[in-house]
Amino acid sequence: MIRDQGLTSKIWRFAAWGVVLLFVLNLLAVIAVVIINSFATRWLGTWLPAGWTTRWYLSAWMEFQLSSVVLVTFEITFTVVIISGLIGVMTAYALARRDFFGKRAIVLLFLLPLLIPPLTYGIPLATVLYRLGLGGTFWGVVLINLVPSVPFVVLVMIPFVEQIDPRIEAAARVFGAGTTSLFVQVLFPLLLPGMLAALLLVLVRTIAMFELTFLIAGPTTQTLVVSLYYAVFASGVRAAQSIDAMAVVYMITTLFWLVLALQFVSPTQIVARAKQQ
Amino acid sequence: MSGPSLRTRLAVRGFDGTTLLVLPGLVLMLALFVYPFLYGLADSLMPKDGGAWYGNYAKFFSDPFEYRTIAATLWLALPVTILNLAIAVPIAFRVRLMRRQRLLTTILVLPITLGTVFVADGLLTFLGPRGWFNHALTALGILSGPVKLTNNYWGVFASLLITGFPFAFLLVLSYVTGIDPAIEQAAATLGANAQQRFSRVFLPLLVPGLAITFCLSFVQAFAVFPSAVLLGAPAGPTRVISIAAYQAAFEQYDHSLGSAIALIMGAVELIVVVAVLSLRSLFYRGPAAGTKG
Repeated sequence: MIRDQGLTSKIWRFAAWGVVLLFVLNLLAVIAVVIINSFATRWLGTWLPAGWTTRWYLSAWMEFQLSSVVLVTFEITFTVVIISGLIGVMTAYALARRDFFGKRAIVLLFLLPLLIPPLTYGIPLATVLYRLGLGGTFWGVVLINLVPSVPFVVLVMIPFVEQIDPRIEAAARVFGAGTTSLFVQVLFPLLLPGMLAALLLVLVRTIAMFELTFLIAGPTTQTLVVSLYYAVFASGVRAAQSIDAMAVVYMITTLFWLVLALQFVSPTQIVARAKQQ
Repeated sequence: MSGPSLRTRLAVRGFDGTTLLVLPGLVLMLALFVYPFLYGLADSLMPKDGGAWYGNYAKFFSDPFEYRTIAATLWLALPVTILNLAIAVPIAFRVRLMRRQRLLTTILVLPITLGTVFVADGLLTFLGPRGWFNHALTALGILSGPVKLTNNYWGVFASLLITGFPFAFLLVLSYVTGIDPAIEQAAATLGANAQQRFSRVFLPLLVPGLAITFCLSFVQAFAVFPSAVLLGAPAGPTRVISIAAYQAAFEQYDHSLGSAIALIMGAVELIVVVAVLSLRSLFYRGPAAGTKG
């Protein structure tokens, strides 16, 4: 790397770090405001609230029926993760290992949902699901969430499968492994790190996925983020601290999985396609 | 002697048992993505109250309350995307020299994973008339009194900045670190100064990556929905096209018009994306990694 020592270079460096610092400060302040307000008795126009309390958590838990909402959120996200993991890894394996007529069209089909706004395909899909009687049901929410998550797993896993040497599979075949034992004893352990990373990322994205879940969720199938939206939308009905307490509960569930995911992937990979170092 | 069996002939063309593994994924995408899309297209051509097949589209483009949402969305999404990218590039160039990037990238990934609803909730307090932002600027003497930053254009702008900048930055960073440092060293050896190295070496190599970053950031900003409702003025200047589509489909229960607006939304977005990507092809295309001797 080359580091310049000139004056303009120093000004550039100073300006760049200044902008980063300003941004990070504002970002952390936005998060801190939510946390502080959830513990505040009364907070109006001062730097810090007048007093501290934890009672908003109890009232939020009761008012928003958080125990059932959290349970539903986990049921939905884990179902989405398992289904998209199974289908996504199978598809990625076939696309990475074989070259066949129409492969480019199929890869394009898996790219499209990531390039089109969720509402563009979400509204027609929700209309179809309502017509099928799946509106507001558990499986309706799962199905609509599969549309972005299956392509995501496929696109993350294709480069991961490609870097596994096909000769390893050939060698296993030579030594008499059948399809099942080839998969269980050879492929699965090799694919595990990539799968874990891809599935944790899908988990984090599904918990935070608002637009699609919002279109189809009914009263009993609201995930945390949808409940949070309705609470903020109707703010004034409930105490702001109560809403923020719920936001903190949502934040903790998301960050728990994010921290776990960051053990396997670098933060850059959350937006960019997973690259093998 | 007959020729090779059908199975062998198919295998030569890449169709065998392994290829069939693609089927579940393909069927799922056809059922949940392609079919609803065609269904929505057909649905949008059959207006709820009868009339001509283009009735929904005519309705959208003749009502200023509806067609102005396109301009309102672009007026939010384009400036934010350009600003995000303009800040992200110089900072990515600085951060690439940093040895410990992990802390910074972890902090920046927070708003992306927390999502727009959480950020909107936080910004409502933070940017509010009695929030820390106004409080700090007044205390520093920059402002004489609080400025209104929520429930208008700037609230939505701030939310798109706070989730969009980290996204653009992390993408640009992954492209910048993908350029072989040896290329820069070669340019420096040949006497190029910092400005020349950027404009003559890095920029041409980065253009394809920047075009893709622009498109992905734009897609996110263009699809703005929860923050435009919570932080903006959803009946006025920040009535974006996704609000129009949602209201038609789920508040007026006119799924035909809702599908039509959703498709118009997709079309406008694709026009911008295709325009950016075709501009890209005017620039250099080639490897960004060096080769060994």
